[in-house]
Amino acid sequence: MATVMPKKKRSLLQGNEAIALGALAAGCRFFAGYPITPASEISEVLSARMPRVGGTFIQMEDEIASMGAIIGASIAGIKSMTATSGPGFSLMQENIGYACITETPCVVVNVMRGGGSTGLPTCPGQGDVMQARWGTHGDNPIIVLAVSTVTDCFDITVRAFNLSEKYRIPVVLLSDEVVSHTRETVIFPSPQDIEIVDRVTPSVPPEWYVPYENNSTGIPDMAAFGEGYRYHVTGLVHDERGFPTQHPEEVKTFTNRLFRKLTQGLHEIQIIKTFMMNDADVAVIAYGSVARSAQRAVVDARSKGTKAGLLQLITLFPFPERLVDKVLKQCIRVLVPEMNMGQIYREVQRVNQGKTDVKKYNRIDGQFITPDEILGELLLEE
Amino acid sequence: MPKEITKLIHKYLRHDKKFPHVWCPGCGNGVILGSLIRAIDRLGLTKDEIVLASGIGCSGRMPVYVDFNTLHTTHGRALTFATGIKLAKPSLTVITVMGDGDATAIGGNHFIHAARRNVNLTAIIINNQIYGMTGGQFSPTTPYGSHAATAPYGHIEHAFSIAELAVTAGAAFVGRGTVYHVQTLDKLIKAAVLKRGFSVVEIISNCHIQFGRRNEMGNPVTMMEWMRDHAVTVEKAEKMTSEDLEDKFTIGILADEEKPIYTEEYDKIRERAGD
Ligand SMILES: Cc1ncc(C[n+]2csc(CCOP(=O)(O)OP(=O)(O)O)c2C)c(N)n1
Repeated sequence: MATVMPKKKRSLLQGNEAIALGALAAGCRFFAGYPITPASEISEVLSARMPRVGGTFIQMEDEIASMGAIIGASIAGIKSMTATSGPGFSLMQENIGYACITETPCVVVNVMRGGGSTGLPTCPGQGDVMQARWGTHGDNPIIVLAVSTVTDCFDITVRAFNLSEKYRIPVVLLSDEVVSHTRETVIFPSPQDIEIVDRVTPSVPPEWYVPYENNSTGIPDMAAFGEGYRYHVTGLVHDERGFPTQHPEEVKTFTNRLFRKLTQGLHEIQIIKTFMMNDADVAVIAYGSVARSAQRAVVDARSKGTKAGLLQLITLFPFPERLVDKVLKQCIRVLVPEMNMGQIYREVQRVNQGKTDVKKYNRIDGQFITPDEILGELLLEE
Repeated sequence: MPKEITKLIHKYLRHDKKFPHVWCPGCGNGVILGSLIRAIDRLGLTKDEIVLASGIGCSGRMPVYVDFNTLHTTHGRALTFATGIKLAKPSLTVITVMGDGDATAIGGNHFIHAARRNVNLTAIIINNQIYGMTGGQFSPTTPYGSHAATAPYGHIEHAFSIAELAVTAGAAFVGRGTVYHVQTLDKLIKAAVLKRGFSVVEIISNCHIQFGRRNEMGNPVTMMEWMRDHAVTVEKAEKMTSEDLEDKFTIGILADEEKPIYTEEYDKIRERAGD
């Protein structure tokens, strides 16, 4: 069987290729997808590589089916992933909710294109941020991560799997057309340096197994189908044994646990990167490909005498409120550039509550935001 | 109740956990569950190696009652989840149970592609000719001219033949039975589960509450009499004229073919991909 990692230590890769390799490194052995620009390369790479590592690639009849298939594979004990772009992401929403309610680990990659509906298939956008958080119906928590470099595509995909496995929750990985189609050199960590987390499986005998136990971590052990732990999985709200319930106390306990398990893990779920933030009094808060432009803009602003810094959000949801708050308290001005009309800007304002001056900068024309544009906004008030 | 049946119930039902069930008195779903249990018991499969996955509807409630690895998925999508499970763990025997709306309206696309793809799964489709759970709206198998909650003036669309759709889409095994012809049904389900490849059993069932009452068959007995009088075995049908067959439907095995199955083909892909 082939080794999972490429033989070379460094490789010139496209973002989508790095996501595929990151998934394999994380232990993903099942991928189901349906072709769509700008995400198709992920399928193509995995159609070639999955069978070489004993995994399975399948092209399904649509994105609804792809989502169903990866949940099924995960319930059978295999780490699984799908990848799509806007229109397909919309189709996946019902089954994403099923993964939330059944606490089935899986990773859903959405390479964002511009515009609504079919939109701008070959252009970048960040319009699906709120959809990633709220796209499925009901009030379920979910984890949403965003990548901004090809190296991120590898590293953060691994982290997406780790969080998904540990917290038994679907993780949405947001990329965008710029990140996914940029080629740059990735230096791979050596396999022993990659932290891999696997779901906890029950160690008790089957007759003691409580599949949705309300334990102290809020994360029940997960048995794979076919291992002797026969239990019931349903999208109906269920009791600790997995059977449907409408009993108000049981419903409340169940829903609260879904939130509690994440709240208890915020310290490792909320991932950010800071750049030149130590003495900054002006900050950019950005994510995705925009964070790259922002990093350059910060350097340029510094050379012009403005003490700028960058807070790059990798975790978008659960929104890293306390980490953002720290920046808001530190800076006299904060800029939130996005390729949408201000979706994360609203989250920042929600935390800000008038503390400091927060401005947005938006592009919705399918073009990425350049360092100069951000620099212009940063220097505007000087 | 005969002793053998009582014993089987204790062996397979989650009788101490999840009863009473949600089905109406006289519902055909119970007959089908009995048939499924007998088929599995006769095949000598262990409970651990069976996955029973359903969609949403009255039919969708079946898995919760039985002591297998059970999965109640989203409406129309049971086959997609089942595909993931089977490919992830080919040693499992994966059976899906769906309603007619579930399998051929919202899930119609998954159904034809599962048949074409030939993953080794069994699809049991309970055709009660109506949307039972939501209160009697018409489904893709509601007959032309009959009445439904959303066809108060008579239905103007034409019905699918689920079994024939499955044959055309390439299913390796296709059978049709009814809840009246129970012994035939036991055999069909057994053969379907045993079949290597995608197998379908369409089961004509009675929803006397939502379909029957609106169509002058408001109790299970009249509906079963209707099945008795309109079902013709495949063998007998071959000797009948198309005129005689006009208001009849066939029961028995409609297709049984050997085709390469997906998981084995994929094993070859793994070899071809090599190192
Ligand atoms: C996406 C979605 N649309 C609609 C429904 C509502 N719904 C629940 S069951 C059902 C139809 C059930 O009819 P059928 O599949 O024939 O099964 P039966 O109840 O007759 O066994 C519908 C429309 C749903 N649960 N999900």
